[in-house]
Amino acid sequence: MELKEITCIVCPLGCRIQVEMEGGEIKSVKGYSCSRGLEYAKNEVTMPKRTITTSVRAIGGHLPLLSVRTKEPVPKEKIQEIMLELAKVEVKAPVKIGDVVVKNILGTGVDIIATRNLYVK
Amino acid sequence: MLKYDIIIIGGGPAGLGAAVEAYEKGVKNIVIIERDKYLGGILEQCIHNGFGLQEFKEELTGPEYAQRFIDKVEEYDINVMLETMVLEITPDRIVKAVNSKEGVFTIKAGAIILAMGCRERPRGAIMIPGTRPAGILTAGTAQRYVNMEGYLPGKEIVILGSGDVGLIMARRLTLEGAKVKAVVELMPYSSGLTRNIVQCLEDFNIPLLLSHTVIEIHGKDRVEGVTIAKVDENREPIMETAQYISCDTLILSVGLIPENELSQKAGIELDPITGGPIVNEMLETSVPGIFACGNVLQVHDLVDNVTAEARLAANSAIRFIREGEFGKSNIAVKAGNGIRYVVPQKINVDNIEKRIKFRMRPVNVYNNAMLVVKSGDKYLLRQKRQRLTPGEMIDVNLSKDILKNANLEEGIVFLVEEG
Amino acid sequence: MKEMYDVLIIGAGVVGCSIARELSKYKLKILVVEKGEDVASEGASKANSAILHAGYDPVPGSLKAKLNVRGNEMYDVLCKDLDVPIKRTGSLVAAFSEEEVKELYELFDRGIKNGVKGLSLITKDMVKEIEPHINDTVVAALYAKTAGIICPYGYTIAVAENAAQNGAEFVFNSEVIDIKKNGDFFIVKTHKEEFYSKYVVNAAGLYSDVINNMVGAKPFSVHPRKGEYLILDKDQGYLARTVIFQVPTKMGKGILVSPTVDGNLLIGPTSEDIQDKEFKATTREGLNKAITVAKRSVDKFDVRKTITQFTGLRATPDTEDKDFIIGESDVKGFINAAGIESPGFTAAPAIAEMIRDILKDAGLKLIEKVDFNPKRRPVIRFTELSDEERNKLIKENPAYGRIICRCETVTEGEIIDVIRRPVGAKSLDGVKRRVRAGMGRCQGSFCGPRVVEILARELNISPLEVTKHGRNSNILTAETKKFLLEKAAEVLKKEVYENA
Repeated sequence: MELKEITCIVCPLGCRIQVEMEGGEIKSVKGYSCSRGLEYAKNEVTMPKRTITTSVRAIGGHLPLLSVRTKEPVPKEKIQEIMLELAKVEVKAPVKIGDVVVKNILGTGVDIIATRNLYVK
Repeated sequence: MLKYDIIIIGGGPAGLGAAVEAYEKGVKNIVIIERDKYLGGILEQCIHNGFGLQEFKEELTGPEYAQRFIDKVEEYDINVMLETMVLEITPDRIVKAVNSKEGVFTIKAGAIILAMGCRERPRGAIMIPGTRPAGILTAGTAQRYVNMEGYLPGKEIVILGSGDVGLIMARRLTLEGAKVKAVVELMPYSSGLTRNIVQCLEDFNIPLLLSHTVIEIHGKDRVEGVTIAKVDENREPIMETAQYISCDTLILSVGLIPENELSQKAGIELDPITGGPIVNEMLETSVPGIFACGNVLQVHDLVDNVTAEARLAANSAIRFIREGEFGKSNIAVKAGNGIRYVVPQKINVDNIEKRIKFRMRPVNVYNNAMLVVKSGDKYLLRQKRQRLTPGEMIDVNLSKDILKNANLEEGIVFLVEEG
Repeated sequence: MKEMYDVLIIGAGVVGCSIARELSKYKLKILVVEKGEDVASEGASKANSAILHAGYDPVPGSLKAKLNVRGNEMYDVLCKDLDVPIKRTGSLVAAFSEEEVKELYELFDRGIKNGVKGLSLITKDMVKEIEPHINDTVVAALYAKTAGIICPYGYTIAVAENAAQNGAEFVFNSEVIDIKKNGDFFIVKTHKEEFYSKYVVNAAGLYSDVINNMVGAKPFSVHPRKGEYLILDKDQGYLARTVIFQVPTKMGKGILVSPTVDGNLLIGPTSEDIQDKEFKATTREGLNKAITVAKRSVDKFDVRKTITQFTGLRATPDTEDKDFIIGESDVKGFINAAGIESPGFTAAPAIAEMIRDILKDAGLKLIEKVDFNPKRRPVIRFTELSDEERNKLIKENPAYGRIICRCETVTEGEIIDVIRRPVGAKSLDGVKRRVRAGMGRCQGSFCGPRVVEILARELNISPLEVTKHGRNSNILTAETKKFLLEKAAEVLKKEVYENA
């Protein structure tokens, strides 16, 4: 039996969740206070995921960068690779908040979306 | 002189929240004065997520959260003055401001809502000896450069202070390919949210050195390194533990200070602990008709709480312009053992609708402690709290009934009972 | 034939710039050669006590005494012409014991001998009247009416600008590495170029010994005497109305508490002889000492209100009499204005006059220019204007309606102006010293990025090239994404290599 201690990052409460594991299987989860926390804890011990928030270069906009994020969390191990991929991306103003900037980034099935309106300068 | 029902100073989350609320409650002759080129305030540079869980039941980034309100401001066609700096507020609610189009002008308000936010504590205020090279900046300035201006302030970074902005920047700079060598925190605990320690530091194996501080800055033209040392229980550095870390940048995340120079000029009384105005249950300052919300009142951890506070300020302002001055708030609210401050600092029970929310911070970390509200010897409330830490604001709701039925002559005290 | 200057001045501190301005009254070709990127950017003129001394302290009969008293008298007219704020606050030397009172008599006596006007010994009651927040332990004080406060780099910048307006030339980022006498002129070499000049004036402050010895004149040495200071928020400024000294010691005039001309409170300096001429750091011990000793005069200040701290280095001459070293050296045409430590700032205009006379005696022809303009084009200070004046200004130039530094209320118009003026700002610190943008409570957290943007635009450079104070003090390292693109390229290279 293996006990994993996790601090939940879903909301600012920061619940401490204990997950009991045996042979790669989850035996029990304790200490969470909402269903999202339970979900997070289960993921965290099997395949931890994170939402990446960053920016891509922009041309002709009111800012030189467009802030973006992954629409859903992506596997944590992919973070570095996705960052390198996004460094190469350049968008042209105007862009609307929520617009898809990169579809299905690196085959994760997750889109990269704009998190702000970018106006033409 | 042009007159508005409500003048809102600051177009960040607090100002936006107050404007939208006021409009939706039927007061439309309002104006937001913002010194930057855009609305949104600090949220515009907070491109990370974690905003809106309470307000919108989803997790948004800063610009997305702001845009929800900006869209409404545009939809309602609320007056906005951008790139406009307020120079002065008077106790009779005249606002003097300047911009490049209209020059210096004055406008009169039925009520004023202060929503100017806060600023970061700079190096001088924490007295780090050493040289004065380039490469020392606050976390917020670093964030503005990286996310808004499009520049990285350095490649090898040490962060002093573990406030949330510092933690967020540790991750942000790491993601952008810089090396964050350490986050150094003077206190034995972090002043940031636990989730930020996990997802900003632990995820990237960035060491968090608690009870440590920077004791010297090195480098003539650009930072070349810092000397750090452990501190004892009096926060004095233990010189034998000194160690040198080479770096080209020192980022400071050593606290936020409500921005109240304007409030002071208007004769508004400030709380020496929060740095914000002393307010009553209506979030009214010591000057009638001037209200405060958001980080100008007290530094918040969560923007959702700022929005909630802004709503209360807007509703109070509306009540003020419709009904005039409120009765006196005579009941003192005090921070007792284990509590650093409580906002509001005074109340009038008659003005409370159903319940009132008090916000406060503990002085230390407490596990499984009782949060207690007392009046004289009488307990008004006892709540068990799993964990209290200065990095996380505490909310306590008290119902009007409890307050009405109690003898509050000696005021209300919030305190922590251990064990 | 290479251009020939009449006078080449080494050092753009207050002494060098004052000499340049004095000489710019005459038909002369003048060049100031400065190691730093700006006027008053490196040495003692940048970091000192910001005081006009009355002149009771120097030994009677010394150059220090004579030039201090004369210099002090000259500042009212100069500041009016150059549009530099000055306040004749007066100073107190406070005695906190009967023992110290004796010293006051001695100082008073010296002051009279030096010709200082407006000196008086005052009792505790009068001290408290002048300075209500001084500690109650005060016994008596020497009051010097003519002492004042001034911004030392602000003044130096103004003098330089006026000298430039009147034809003096300046080169920066130019460290002198060699000086040779070539017949009747000098060849002065920097890392970048050579200059020819008939006369050379050495106003190189801490390095005046190095310059002197370079030319082969009778050697002397100058060493740094370090002083550490703290500047407190404007809300502490009320604690001192005058410059409050304590009874002096061998090492200097002691640690003072003083208002600054901008309304902050200044505390310091410590006094410590050191070796390293480049030592610019503050130390824990030094700052603590400044605070502890200052508390002896005024204990009400709140150290947590410190907004910045700095170290200044006095250029202390290692001569027997410790006096200023002023005069033509044994190398004809090479004139020293060296070892100028306190009261050097106060004495600077008088030193300039003296150097002028020395040059004249050495054979330099002085023909007055009819078109010399003693007045600097007035500086616009938005905070000091009436609303009507502000509106007129903003109508003419909308940049004056954009506030960039909110702590000190500095407009974009003012920043652009100081960049475009003669001997203008080229760095963040240059702007800060001229208009105080970034000097307030937030120390540039908010306006820093904006000033970088304005500097880049005005100087037509990339923000990446904007520096804090010249040389390699760049504020920014790379464009966002640059590090990642470099890494991506590396990964790609590795892949190509592995596939091959």
